[in-house]
Parts: sequence; C-alpha cells; structure tokens
Amino acid sequence: MFPAILFYIFSVTIIISALMVIFSRDPINSVLFLIFSFVNAAGIFLLAGAEFLALILVIVYVGAVAVLFLFVIMMLDFNIENIKKETRKYLPLGLFIGAILFLEITLMIYTPEIFSNEFKIIGKSYTSNQSNTEILGNLIYTDYFLQFQLAGFILLVAMIGAIVLTLRHRDYVRRQNISNQINRDSKSSIELVNIKLNDRDKK
Amino acid sequence: MIIELGHYLILSSMLFTIGVVGVFLNRKNVIIILMSLELILLSISINLVAFSAFLNDSTGQIFSLFILTVAAGEAAIGLAILVVYFRNVGNIEVDQINKMSG
Repeated sequence: MFPAILFYIFSVTIIISALMVIFSRDPINSVLFLIFSFVNAAGIFLLAGAEFLALILVIVYVGAVAVLFLFVIMMLDFNIENIKKETRKYLPLGLFIGAILFLEITLMIYTPEIFSNEFKIIGKSYTSNQSNTEILGNLIYTDYFLQFQLAGFILLVAMIGAIVLTLRHRDYVRRQNISNQINRDSKSSIELVNIKLNDRDKK
Repeated sequence: MIIELGHYLILSSMLFTIGVVGVFLNRKNVIIILMSLELILLSISINLVAFSAFLNDSTGQIFSLFILTVAAGEAAIGLAILVVYFRNVGNIEVDQINKMSG
C-alpha cells in the first residue's frame, strides 16, 4: 500500500515537472524542473530496488549534468522573448505527433500477445542476499568488463572533445612558450655592440 | 494496490512522449531540445530498471548505467558545440542553424 502511494506521488511529480521542462518560459526554470524530475526518478528507482542506480542518478545528473546546463545558460545571454513567440506555432503539430506516439506505445504495451509469453531471462538471476551494489559490481567487473571500459573511453573522448571545442587562443593573452625559453642561449640573446665613445663628444 | 510492470511502462512511455513533444515544440531553443533528449533517455532508463526489477535480472540496471554514461557525454559534447556556435553566430535559434552548411 505504502510503496504504491509513493510510486503514484513520484510518477505524478515526474510527469508534471517534465511538462514544466518543455513548457516553461525561462530556461533556468526548465533546468530546475529537470533536476526535480531526476530526483523523483531516483525515488522510482529506489522503489524498483535499484539503489545504486538511484544514487548514481542523483550524483551524475543533479551534480554534473544539470550544473553544466545551468552554467551554459548563464554563459549564453540569448533573449527569451524572441524564443517564446514561436512556441505556439508548433503546438498543434507537437501535440498531434505526441498523441499518436503515446497511442502507439500504449497499444504495444497492452497487446495481450506480448505479456502472455514468458519472459526469457538472458543474464544470471541473483536471488541471494547480496546488496544491489554487490550484484552490479559482480556483473560489471566480470561479464560486462569490456563494455565498462568502453564506457570509460566514451567519457574520455567526451571530455577531450568538449575541451578541444571550447578552447580558444586569444591573441592578446601572452602565454609562456617553454620551448622557446629553454632553447634560448647567450649567443642569440646577447648582442655585443661596440659604441664609439667619441661620437657623443662630436655632437 | 500493487505496482505492476505496466505502471512503470506507462510512466516511461508518458515521459518519452513528453520528450518527443518537447523536441517538436521548442524550435527556437537548442538547450530545451537537449533537455528533452535527457528526458527521453531517463524514460528508457526507467523502462530498463523496471524490467530488471520484475524479471529479477540485474543486467538491465547495467545497461541503464551505460545509458547514464552516454547521456553525460552527450550533454557535455552538445553543450560544448552550443557554446562554440553561440560564440560564432550570436544566437542559438534552431531555424538558422542550417546556415552552418555554408
């Protein structure tokens, strides 16, 4: 009874905040509603028994991705009025496509042939008294180790790509050129000039 | 009152639909389109976790973890492209991005 009530509260909050994400007037409000919807999705994950994923969701999304969105919105000062004028124009098309898509998915979920079959379990089923984190660790570091390393590689590529894309060299910023500094020797930097001392006296 | 698998699937399909509608609706603001993509990925994640819970098979949670990784990378790259584009053009309206093709 109590988990069901919690499930409905979380679901309604997720749906409402997701609607606010796409209908909100200010992008900052959209990001905050996105954070709220992710926190509630973490609650849904907790109810489904995936504690590790719930906490990872909070850490990764609320801690990293949403803050990234907030920083980018603060950096770009686009004007909101110009953006919001066009929203109403696409509302009928969006609602039409959304209604058709939702109808299709719902029809697919409630097709009796799908649920009459027994689901075939592909992986290993853990029914022991291990915690969720232990089970996931046992799976990740044995069966899915290659995929785990590829995920790390994806993050590395994303990090390098983001840095390379946003890095720019301004001309007026003077930087230290280390190779020039080390290659410099006394022959190239010191010039001996003979000054005739008598010149000044003549003038 | 028992939570069944269908409840999770309906929730995830509603979230997916909202994400797709958000992509169609905000034709001017790329940031909201990126947020709609995050919503879509979240709905897929809920779907995988629900199946993993109801089939008593933890593989779905691992795939959800990989989806999380890809979503984080996608957000970082997308926002970096957005920052570079805004630096060059001065606005982030989607209708004018086709000028990038030269």
